[in-house]
Amino acid sequence: MSQASTEIIRISAHAGPVPGAGIDREFQVCKLVDTTTCIGCKACEVACLEWNGYPFSETTFANTYQTMPETTWNYWNLIKFNEHERADGSLMLLMRKDQCMHCEDPGCLAACPADGAIVQYANGIVDFQEAHCIGCGYCISGCPFNIPRFSPAARKVFKCTLCNDRVSQGLEPACIKACPTGCLHFGTKTEMKELAETRAQQLRDQSGFPDAGVYDPAGVSGTHVIYVLHDAKNPEAYGGLPKDPHIPWAVQLWKKPLKWIGNLGIIAGVVGVFVHYLRFGPKVVREDELRSHGEIK
Amino acid sequence: MSREPYLLPNGRVLRYTFRERLVHWLAGVSYVYLLLTGLAFWSPWLFWIAVVLGSPTISRAFHPWIGIVFLIAVCLMYSMWAAQMGETSADKAWWQAIGHYIRNEDRQVPSADRFNPGQKLLFWGFFWNAIVLLLSGLILWFPQSIPWNLRFLHLAAVLIHPISTLLTIALFIIHVYMGTAMERGAFGSVIRGDVSRAWADTHHHSWYQQLLRDSARK
Ligand code: HEM
Ligand code: SF4
Ligand code: SF4
Repeated sequence: MSQASTEIIRISAHAGPVPGAGIDREFQVCKLVDTTTCIGCKACEVACLEWNGYPFSETTFANTYQTMPETTWNYWNLIKFNEHERADGSLMLLMRKDQCMHCEDPGCLAACPADGAIVQYANGIVDFQEAHCIGCGYCISGCPFNIPRFSPAARKVFKCTLCNDRVSQGLEPACIKACPTGCLHFGTKTEMKELAETRAQQLRDQSGFPDAGVYDPAGVSGTHVIYVLHDAKNPEAYGGLPKDPHIPWAVQLWKKPLKWIGNLGIIAGVVGVFVHYLRFGPKVVREDELRSHGEIK
Repeated sequence: MSREPYLLPNGRVLRYTFRERLVHWLAGVSYVYLLLTGLAFWSPWLFWIAVVLGSPTISRAFHPWIGIVFLIAVCLMYSMWAAQMGETSADKAWWQAIGHYIRNEDRQVPSADRFNPGQKLLFWGFFWNAIVLLLSGLILWFPQSIPWNLRFLHLAAVLIHPISTLLTIALFIIHVYMGTAMERGAFGSVIRGDVSRAWADTHHHSWYQQLLRDSARK
């Protein structure tokens, strides 16, 4: 938006077309993760730690290639590794980079009660502002992707920022820079969507994956991290990617109708007792009019 | 009950003992704190309350602990009053005459015991909601330790906790209104503890009669 005053659309007494007029600047950013070319090298995990200044965590070995079972408050980016048996009996090793999806319609933000603890930028990045976070953990239930992580020491939540600090300076996120296979891409949402669709088409036409497709779930109005999957019909196989993610209905019910019914109810109650007082006044006991005049009945 | 001197030498009637008043205000003050901090997180328009009460982080940290204090007060109340809050056969007639009660036609209201049926409703309403608030509050307290596949528990608590709060708010508005503005003399009964004989006779006729009978027997 700030560039708007440097873009010229009309020029006085100018021969020929206005240079640059009609340029459409897209602000929406997107990270594309092509699971079909990920080799599970975990360079992105390391880059994420390095850029964000977190120490290396102990890896846990649980008979899988994964670094640890889940992301943690200071480990935001994890390659989820799954062995998947296909219908013809052949085995596939599915690797999916798990991190915040930067939902267009973020459930974490909808659920948060603290002013300014979660913001969404015009470029689509959803960012936690830990200074304003009260550590209630409502965002944990609001998120359909199981992303926000509570730090017991800080009593606040943390997650991937999509390297907002880098992106705002015109750089790509650290994970993108580290990826050796080119399975990670970063650009505008339109570009990434096109690239993803092209790749999915290629997988369908040339690589024998008839169900290959792009994961950009409509339930949260799309995400700013999208996947190319060999089998878009079965995202759950990729370490629990939800098929149809949406903001939990309990959060929607609580934040909208319940809130308004409750607020109106409270106001009605206060007005009600006030009107009662105006109409009927107080119960005043007349000291001279005992029901029993002090006698025992 | 009859062992305590309910008919005071100065001609007034002891309505609430010191212990009863203390427990009442422990519950009252902790409830109001919970209500204010809770409402701050309920509506963005009320978030400023959390700022005034220290900081949003402090309000979040203290709310569950004060919830425990509130629950202790409610349990003490239960031990003091539950026996006197039981439903009796006379309650139905009182509820049928509720219109008279509302219109301050107190002569037409059937005589009440130490607690009238409306007060019993208040007591049990608060008691059961306090338990629901504790159970849902415990889940809200430690969201990070709820496994992902059990998160429906947290989502349920996120609905149940405020619904239960709203029910107590309905009771609370009526209770505060009646205790301060509507029923003259009632506020003094939870502060100084005593009421006039006429007050006891009008509002809790059966109870007052019992006091007179007990003192006559002694
Ligand atoms: C009995 C023990 C209680 C516990 C352990 C408890 C705990 C909690 C926790 C952890 C939260 C979520 C974080 C926060 O906003 O602070 C919460 C929210 C809340 N609490 Fe309580 N609480 C208790 C009792 C009460 C009572 C008695 C009230 C009523 C006055 C109350 C009213 C609220 C409200 C209105 C919210 C905000 C709900 C929302 O935003 O939808 N709580 N409580
Ligand atoms: S834990 Fe922090 S970010 Fe999450 S909902 Fe609560 S205040 Fe908002
Ligand atoms: S994935 Fe979760 S934490 Fe990330 S923006 Fe969406 S709802 Fe928020």
